[in-house]
Amino acid sequence: MTETTTTAGSGGRDDAPRSAARSAEPTADQKARGETALTAITLTINRTPADVYAFWRNFANLAPAMENVASIAVKDDRTSHWIVNAPGGGTVEWDAIVTEDVPGALIAWSSAEGADISNSGRVEFRDAGERGTFVSATIAYDPPAGIIGKLVAKLTQKEPAIQQRRDLRRIKQLLETGEIATSSPPNPAPKA
Amino acid sequence: MRALTWHGKHDVRVDTVPDPEIINPRDAIIRITSTAICGSDLHLYDGYIPTMKAGDILGHEFMGEVVETGARSTLKKGQRVVVPFVIACGSCYFCGKHQYSACDNSNPADNQDISEELWGHPASGLFGYSHMTGGYPGGQAEYVRVPFSDVGPIVIPDGIDDEKVLFLSDILPTGWMAAENADIEPGDTVAVWGCGPVGLFAVQSAFLMGAARVIAIDHFPNRLALAKKFGAEILNYEDSKVYDALMEMTGGIGPDAVIDAVGLESHGLFADNVLDQIKATAFLGTERPHVLRQAIIACRKGGRVSVPGVYGGFVDKFPMGAFMEKGLTMKTGQTHVQHYLPGLLNAIVEGKIDTTFLISHRMALEDAPHGYDIFKNKQDEVTKVVLKPGLAKAA
Repeated sequence: MTETTTTAGSGGRDDAPRSAARSAEPTADQKARGETALTAITLTINRTPADVYAFWRNFANLAPAMENVASIAVKDDRTSHWIVNAPGGGTVEWDAIVTEDVPGALIAWSSAEGADISNSGRVEFRDAGERGTFVSATIAYDPPAGIIGKLVAKLTQKEPAIQQRRDLRRIKQLLETGEIATSSPPNPAPKA
Repeated sequence: MRALTWHGKHDVRVDTVPDPEIINPRDAIIRITSTAICGSDLHLYDGYIPTMKAGDILGHEFMGEVVETGARSTLKKGQRVVVPFVIACGSCYFCGKHQYSACDNSNPADNQDISEELWGHPASGLFGYSHMTGGYPGGQAEYVRVPFSDVGPIVIPDGIDDEKVLFLSDILPTGWMAAENADIEPGDTVAVWGCGPVGLFAVQSAFLMGAARVIAIDHFPNRLALAKKFGAEILNYEDSKVYDALMEMTGGIGPDAVIDAVGLESHGLFADNVLDQIKATAFLGTERPHVLRQAIIACRKGGRVSVPGVYGGFVDKFPMGAFMEKGLTMKTGQTHVQHYLPGLLNAIVEGKIDTTFLISHRMALEDAPHGYDIFKNKQDEVTKVVLKPGLAKAA
């Protein structure tokens, strides 16, 4: 669980993060849990690592920025309950347990036994000086219905890699501007 | 409310649409008093910009009165404001560097994917300019929602007419930045392709920045006459060979800086352009960059190329050899409007820059489809159309 997916070399021959490898593989640990799909993305957020960490550590803060998340309920310091809208309708649920916690630097979690979708992830916060914080999020998961489920998700725009990129952008917007940019009108019916 | 909406190539209509509402705390709602049709709206009108949807409200040059404010807006009801066409959050790294048109946050997350795939990085949000730049309803309407209203809009002092300040929204700062991007040194000769509004403001700006000579290139006699009025020497490319004329006029050296104020739909029956037009129609290539090629070929060795003209896709036969071998520098970009507003408003108030000369037509919002038609098809006499939502429909 300690292998980093964002700072290690992709194949040992260069300095690229593993997430940029031509064939990114989940770690042995993740594979053992059936988590064969991997998404990873790094964004810069113009706040200090301490600020970004503090925001993220209260998982309930993330819910408004995550499109497919119906709710995140914090149960105790290490446990939160996630309800997520599944591709093709319905919801999936799990408890996420914090497995590593380094204030200002790193949060890792994995789903508890009995999760509808086994998943684990880690987010790292690295000081980027006047640019703020490099935020690297990596998520490994057991794709529902395997590769077919992944295709369905792609068709319904719920492909996890795309979702993760969008979700992280919205978290950035919340942290930098205090709101989530939108152009969608709240009321689509003509008034007059 | 009533608004000018896009329905397809050469099909714009004034429809009844939902009123805008405050969605986010930093929003404001503006009642539009004046709004203009921009040359870059013609790229939408002509179907060159992807990700438009039927019913999209156009318009990114507008001003009006604040009628509603969100909890975190710094505007006050009743204030008159001009709104930049670039939407910027004011708090990201790029806004901090005053590179407002590179704002990371103003484009909604879902809309960022297209430009990230196409250009490598997501574009910022713009008003009324397709879904890849945010899908924000534009200002050719009775009302508009302005996100991040504490950052963009500039409050206009009482007693200054709309028509003096309306063009702060886009074309004046765009012409100014075009000249700034040309890194003009005192005594320079600057050549400007395109005597549309941006080109004409670039002419004025170049002189204010110390250019000794400005040579303006177009084929519309009336537009060339306006450039001449501001002191430019003029070239009509239908009468004269542009490269030959520029070399003769500069002793064979070439202009120190060249400005492409035309962009992706440049006109002219040149062999490369005809080919581009066929490709663009067939969606093989997307741009018709004759002007850009000509500007690079004409520019002096070690000179500067400034591109305020709009491009969206790929340019075929870019003269990379000339660009490299002559050691040219190119600067371009959507305008960082917010950065230029205070200085340019001062220049207007002090009478250093005149913008009202440009307006050839004023009409009701209801007549906007006619405005698009004549702006597109009668470019010589129609230099700028200003729409007034308050005016009664003609005929």
